[in-house]
Amino acid sequence: MRYLPLTDADRGEMLAKVGASSIDDLFVDVPEEARLDGPIRGLPMHASEMAVEKHMRALSKKNLAAADAPFFLGAGAYRHHVPSSVDTVIQRGEFLTAYTPYQPEIAQGTLQMLFEFQSQVARLYGCAVANASMYDGSTACWEAVAMASRVTRRDRVVLSGALHPHYAEVVKTMAKFTNDEIAGAEPAIQSTPDNAGLISRIDEDTSCVVVQYPDILGRISDLTEIAEAAHAKGALLVVVNTEPVALGAIKAPGEMGADIVVGEGQALGVGLQFGGPYLGLFAVRDPKHVRQMPGRLCGETIDAEGKRGFVLTLSTREQHIRREKATSNICTNSGLCALAFNVHMTLLGEKGLRRLAAENHRLTCIAADRLIKVPGVTVLNDNYFNEFTLMLGQDARDVVHKLAAKSVLGGVSLGRLYPGVDRLREGLLVAVTETTSEDDIEALATALEEVLS
Amino acid sequence: MSTPNASGWKPEMTPANEDGLHAKGSWAPETVTGNRALMLEEPLLFEIGRADVTGVDLPEPASDAPNRLGGLDRAEPIGLPGLTEPETVRHYTRLSRQNYGIDLGFFPLGSCTMKHNPRLNEKVARMPGFADVHPFQPRETVQGAFEVINELAHWLITLTGMHGVAMSPKAGAHGELCGILCIRAALEARGDAREVVLVPDSAHGTNPATAAFAGYRVENIPTTEEGRVDLEALKARLGPDVAAVMITNPNTCGLFERDMKKISDAVHEAGGFVYCDGANFNAIVGKVRPGDLGVDAMHINLHKTFSTPHGGGGPGSGPVVLSEALSPFGPLPYTARTADGVVHLVEEESAEAFSKEHFGGVMQSFGRMTAFHGQMGMFTRALTYILSHGADGLKQVAEDAVLNANYILRSMEDLLHAPYAASGPCMHEALFGDKGFGGDLSTLDLAKSLIDEGYHPMTVYFPLVLHGAMLVEPTETESKATLDQFIAAFRSLAERANAGDEAMKQAPYYAPRRRLDETLAARKPKLAWAEPE
Repeated sequence: MRYLPLTDADRGEMLAKVGASSIDDLFVDVPEEARLDGPIRGLPMHASEMAVEKHMRALSKKNLAAADAPFFLGAGAYRHHVPSSVDTVIQRGEFLTAYTPYQPEIAQGTLQMLFEFQSQVARLYGCAVANASMYDGSTACWEAVAMASRVTRRDRVVLSGALHPHYAEVVKTMAKFTNDEIAGAEPAIQSTPDNAGLISRIDEDTSCVVVQYPDILGRISDLTEIAEAAHAKGALLVVVNTEPVALGAIKAPGEMGADIVVGEGQALGVGLQFGGPYLGLFAVRDPKHVRQMPGRLCGETIDAEGKRGFVLTLSTREQHIRREKATSNICTNSGLCALAFNVHMTLLGEKGLRRLAAENHRLTCIAADRLIKVPGVTVLNDNYFNEFTLMLGQDARDVVHKLAAKSVLGGVSLGRLYPGVDRLREGLLVAVTETTSEDDIEALATALEEVLS
Repeated sequence: MSTPNASGWKPEMTPANEDGLHAKGSWAPETVTGNRALMLEEPLLFEIGRADVTGVDLPEPASDAPNRLGGLDRAEPIGLPGLTEPETVRHYTRLSRQNYGIDLGFFPLGSCTMKHNPRLNEKVARMPGFADVHPFQPRETVQGAFEVINELAHWLITLTGMHGVAMSPKAGAHGELCGILCIRAALEARGDAREVVLVPDSAHGTNPATAAFAGYRVENIPTTEEGRVDLEALKARLGPDVAAVMITNPNTCGLFERDMKKISDAVHEAGGFVYCDGANFNAIVGKVRPGDLGVDAMHINLHKTFSTPHGGGGPGSGPVVLSEALSPFGPLPYTARTADGVVHLVEEESAEAFSKEHFGGVMQSFGRMTAFHGQMGMFTRALTYILSHGADGLKQVAEDAVLNANYILRSMEDLLHAPYAASGPCMHEALFGDKGFGGDLSTLDLAKSLIDEGYHPMTVYFPLVLHGAMLVEPTETESKATLDQFIAAFRSLAERANAGDEAMKQAPYYAPRRRLDETLAARKPKLAWAEPE
């Protein structure tokens, strides 16, 4: 077995040292009737690297990789080009095979990276402080709701109808157990979000309002008014962002008065990976809220010789110290994904991020202008960044499958996101990034013309 | 004098010692840069990057390009410095060298199972059919992904002797939450509101935090002097208000809970459920199935037992195996293969109909815990690891992990306080305390001294039930030679600690940083870069 260094001779010597006559002597505390007498039956035995690789490659070939088809899926997971050096860095064993930096003297690599990451996220979001990451955007969203309840000591949550439905589902699932009351709805088919309706649902018991920006239909709207309305009632504004590249083009949520900004960081460095592992981002605008934040925080300090160094800090918020009184139960987060984000963002820099955002928007405008020429198709949005909603005039779920049969991955149908909501069934979310070529756009338009006719 | 490196550290040009010598008589002049050969100082990105530099070639936007951003253009500078590719690679390579990882040496961090991470796993996870696939692709284009999930699920269910598995939890603590929510949903389904979750005082902090997060009141169950759950105290506390008991088995004192079946029976008799923290599954994989011990739910840390990389703090993955009683309540989505061989992903839209058609309508999921379908990138790695080992290799994993831990325990017990050494063999980790240290030396001092010897320290000050706890988990991927060298160093340090060697209080001496001022960090939190005034 190529991963196990002990030889039978080693095992014999070691058993003698520990005073056991056989390995079974070390498992005497397992009740005899539960002890297995050999390898579990019905499962295969060990296999060579070559054999396993062959098996896994065969499974991977049963999937259609995004690179092998015109590709337009988004809805919370975006395909961007990840520079080669990102993967080179995250595969360095010193990063890959380290763990949570409990011993800071020999973990300054991870800690300094986390400090840089926190600083990048805080700036991207227009916030004061970001944490060292959460599991993903959806769980970060729930954690923001939980934090808002702690800060305001209220338990009524107002969800925008245009919040990613999986995020809304996670909040609703958790709220069932924490007794938070959820006021939410599916989105209306409108060219602009119903901010007035959202504001009218904020009251004196509201802990927070949760809004997505850009929203699930790709719409962008000024959040200042919602922030003011929330603050007037003593509630917090939680803003969710699922496409960080957008913030290279549009105003930061913090600039518009968001109190907690959370999001999915997958778009930078991490890749699609069929939905995980992803990268939860979590930031607060006002430093006074730091002590109510969930998750790890990395902070600057000095060592015994006065050299600058970094440590995990404010851990009295956390489960390993506070146990049942902790701000969250989170322990392991998304460290390596945070590194990938950090490296990709460093490669981009402000100049690269702004250009990347501009290129995404340019191609998206081209796509919208082309697709609107397909008979029977309209674009719902007044505005958008790199994703918009097409109305097809027929059930978009069927269209998606028909497009797939033509090897075009044409988008995400609203029917898949909102099963059973009839007014949304004709909607198709189309995302366009720098990886989308004008040929891809033409391929989608042509296929759509054939499918819809 | 000032220095070209921006770490804030000003090297002194005068020798540190009065006699002009550094430690052990070698001349060690200070350097202008603050570097010491291969030990290289590295400034922050914000000190070396520039806003007008980028390492990605992208077109400059045309001034007349269409703008459909709704008038919300980001006008102010964001403040994100950039580096070119060579500068980026060097920056992170230099940072990486200030880190300790499994690839570098022995990493006996108890409860974390820091075993070797096979590189085939990394290769497989990067195959385009796994890495470059969107979670919302039409089903017919991702059958291979569903098959990976199903194949891994089959292994996890079989290895644990359980009925079902929830694959979507993102890490161990998220898996705990999943298990507790299944229990709560099952209780609510039978109209049985219960308020209390019992947790042994030796448990991981995530256990009580999870139960509280799910709305339960947490009560502690004491640990016996032997280092196991106090069965009598547990039985005495059981009653109609107890929803669940959370047991870690093998436990954090390094012992197998030999009364596990009795505990389960007692809990079930009182109408509650048994949650098992599976963080320590590596000790028993292929040797005993938790399902045979009456467990109702157990999370499995794929980043521990099944070798997916720890990554400096994640990502993890925490599938939860479930008993027949809890399986119907697991989260969405789940995968299932039907008689026609097709693998289905059951999401909100199809859940009810699918349950009716294939499960007689019993599936009543408590809902969704995360967007999408879980940690696919970890599933491919874990499945690769499992197929490499097979049923025989996994059994050998547990045996070697337990043998290595016992070898350390029996090599140290004459020098270090090992209160549970007489309670039977340890499982895959050995626990020591600081009783017997001389002067005012502490566990921390010994841990920091291990750093100078080239080791990552063990887990310290956990579990809480033992003063100055040191939890040593060698894992099965260490050779006898590695263990022997570690034991020699550990014994030497234990002797020095017992003798009250004051020099240990200043350790580490040779790490990239000396002891860091954690009090300062917490008192004046500096959590993001700010330009110097």
